Formats: sequence, structure tokens, C-alpha cells
Amino acid sequence: MVKEKTSKSGRRHFIGWSLFTGLVAFLGMLLYPVLRFIMPPKLAESSQNTVKAAKVDELSPNSAKTFPFNNKPAILIRLPNGEYRAFSAVCTHLQCTVQYREDFKMIWCACHNAKFDLNGNVSSGPPPSPLEAFDVFTSGEDILVSKKV
Amino acid sequence: MKIEKFYNWVNDRLDLSGISNFADKKVVPVHKYHFWYGIGGITLFLYIIQVLTGILLLLYYRPTAENAFESVEFIMTSVRFGWLIRSIHSWGANLMIFFLFIHMFSTYFMKAYRKPRELTWISGAFLLILALAFGFSGYLLPWNKLAFFATKVGTEMAAVIPVIGHDVLIFLRGGEEVTGATLTRFFGFHVALLPLITALFLVIHIILIQAQGMSVPPSLSEEYEKKPKSMKFFPDFMLRDAVGWLLVLGLLGILAAIFPWELGEKADPYASAPQGIKPEWFFVFLFQTLKYIPGKILSFSGESLAIFAIAIAVVLWIFIPFLDRKGQKNLHSRTFTVIGIILVLYIIALTAISYFFD
Repeated sequence: MVKEKTSKSGRRHFIGWSLFTGLVAFLGMLLYPVLRFIMPPKLAESSQNTVKAAKVDELSPNSAKTFPFNNKPAILIRLPNGEYRAFSAVCTHLQCTVQYREDFKMIWCACHNAKFDLNGNVSSGPPPSPLEAFDVFTSGEDILVSKKV
Repeated sequence: MKIEKFYNWVNDRLDLSGISNFADKKVVPVHKYHFWYGIGGITLFLYIIQVLTGILLLLYYRPTAENAFESVEFIMTSVRFGWLIRSIHSWGANLMIFFLFIHMFSTYFMKAYRKPRELTWISGAFLLILALAFGFSGYLLPWNKLAFFATKVGTEMAAVIPVIGHDVLIFLRGGEEVTGATLTRFFGFHVALLPLITALFLVIHIILIQAQGMSVPPSLSEEYEKKPKSMKFFPDFMLRDAVGWLLVLGLLGILAAIFPWELGEKADPYASAPQGIKPEWFFVFLFQTLKYIPGKILSFSGESLAIFAIAIAVVLWIFIPFLDRKGQKNLHSRTFTVIGIILVLYIIALTAISYFFD
């Protein structure tokens, strides 16, 4: 009698376990494509080493412009002495786009009042690291910016 | 054991006894037509799938004339399992309308619309109209050639409505022609307006069914009253329902995987209509009917008269519970059964003619 009871409860346990694992597998089968679907596919990014940032006569001294570089903003600055500098315009704090402040001759992030000097180093504010600096050179009428090698 | 604990936890905070008593007492009649009680549930299940896959498609779809086609193409070719989700949405829509028709005719032939269930029938009829509107608006969204012309012809029909016809056409199209403005509008209808109205009617429909229980057809009611036989809704009927839902899910998976829904060519508003253009299958019998109507009947436009007649037929169909007097007295109304049979044969025959002989 006792033996029969154990075998019955064993069978019940086995059926319950089979149903439960079957259900979990079934839900997994339904969820897998959904989870894959919601993560967007990686788009082929055009990765360039050099881009045209401006024309030679475009920027007057003590001014700057932003331009796209590999799908991200970059900034080209013409210093008061006429020299060009280029940096990534993505603030290293929370990815805001920085700007050049002609009044205090620094790179400034409006989001959290961060300041970078004209070498891209942090002067004040929360950014943890300097802005990535790029090489600038002229080619005929164009000012080209490229990643540092 | 853990489930019991969880139930007790919730029950201590929200008194669930009302729900559990209801679930405990709810029964479903058992008789020879008992099978048909499950069709409405299958339709609801397909609607839920439509909502879920629709939300997923919204992650990538872009509702503008410039981007819509490309975004669907992107879903189908670049997004992982995108082809599957989109195919399930398209096939699911068609299956849902198919089961809706079956559900409607099965309740019709079982005379489930008779007192006290008139409002259930009417709310169901509105749900069918809403489903057709979902189908019509969703069809345009991939912005392909077939959909473009189907929308052009379909919205043009609104123009035959006396007095306000032209205004309705402008409202539907967002202008004189089918353009990107129409697409944006249809997108709004499809993902916001229609779901909202449908949710309202669905809640009414389901509450009425829960409050009144399942109807036993008049042809069986005498026999049933003598020897009532029923099964508990929870869990007996529900588990049977679940098997049906699972089978439909399997069918949907097979259809979507083996016959992925095609995208066609991108719509070009200045191109000619392609050969053999047809509306979706559930509108084909109406489309075919209009083909047989002469251009002029007396001094009226034949097409306007036909559309007017169809509109009257739809209104009569909605109010059938009040027209079937015998049914109201719980008597077997043969005339209405015959009307139903004629209608089913008419729909099947005209659809078949359109697909196979035209």
C-alpha cells in the first residue's frame, strides 16, 4: 500500500516536472525570436580616417564650427593666432556636444558647465577625461581633419 | 505550495473571493454544437497576437511615404526574425478575420443573438467592422503598389455617400489624393484610434458574455432543459480552449515560416494600376458584386445604389436580433437560418468566382 503510494506520487512528480519544463521550453521558444527582434541589427558604419571639415577661408580667427566625423560631431577651432585645432565634440561626461566660447577662449559644454582648454584637457567641471584630439592639415582649398595615428 | 502562498498574499490585500466564486461557478453547456463556443476565444487570442506583434513592428516601422516601404524591407531583411514577426502579423490579421467570420456565422446559426443577448451580437458586429477597418488601414502601411491602389479604390467609395461623401473622402485621405498624408493618417487610425475603440467594444462584449453565459441553441434548448449537461469553465473548458489556441499558434507559425508574406513593389503614385488587382480576400465578394452592377440603373449611378444597398444590408445584419421575432420567443426561426445559408453561399461563390474564373 505504502509502496503504491510512493510510486504514484513519483509518477505525479514526473508528469508535473515534464509539464513544467515543457512549458518553460515553449515560452523560451516564443521569447527567443522576440528578444532577438527587439535588439536592432548593427548598421554598417562608414568609418573614415579623414574628412573635409571646412574651406580655408571659412573660419575667421577665434571662431569654430562643428562637423560630422564618423557619425559623431567633431569641432574645428581657429585659434586667435590663426592656428587650427580639431577635437571630438562629444563631451566625455555624458556625451553632450561641446562648443567653442569666443569670450573665454575655451571649449565649453552647456549641459554641465564643463570647460576644456584648447588642447582638449579638462579645466573644470565633471568630465573624467580629455576630448579626443584630431590632426588638422590643409589640402588646397580644404581643411582636412584626420584621426591621430 | 508557492502559488498558494502568493494567492494568499494577494487575497489578504485584495479580496479575491468574488472572482474565485465566479470562476468556480461558471459553467459551459455541453451539447452537440459545443465545439463552436471556442471560436470567439481563438479570435481574441489572434487579436492579442496582433497587438503584441504590432507593438514589435512599431520599433522599426516609419510611417512616411519616403520611408515606410524601406522600413518594412529593413524589418524583413536586416532585423533578426523580422521576417517572422511581420509574417505573423500579416497572416494573423487574415486568420483573425477568418475566425471572426466563422464566429459570427456560428453564433448566427445557433441564434445566440436572441434575448437577452442582443447587445452581445451588436457589440460583436461592431468588432467585426473594426477588424475590417484594421485590415483596410494596415494594408496600406507597407506602402506597396497593391496597397496603394486598394486604398485609392476603397476610399473612393466613400465619395458616393450623399452630401458628405466628398468630405469623408478628404478626411480619410488627408487630401484629394492618396499620398503620404493618407499613410500617416492610416497609421494613426491603425495603431491608436482603432485599438482604443476596439478595446472598449471588446470589454463590453466580454463582460456581456461573462454576465449572461453561453447560449444554448433553440433547436436544443428543450432537450437541454430536460437533461442539462455542462462542464466547469475553470479549468475544464479553459484547458480545451488552450489546446485550440495552441493549434492556431502552430498553424500561424507554419504559415508565416513556409509562406512569408510578400512585400511587393514600392508604391508609385504616378504608375498604372497593376494587372489583376484585387482587394483583400474578405472584401472580394463585395468587390465582385460591384463588378456586376450596371453603370446606370434608371437615372441613378449603379455603383452608388449598390453601395447604398450594401450599407442597408449591413445595418439590417447588425439589428438582426430585433428582426428575428421568432428567435426572440426562443422559437426555431427557419427563415433566418435560410437567409444565413444564402449569405454564406453568396460570399463563398463570389469570392471563388473572383479568384478562379475572373
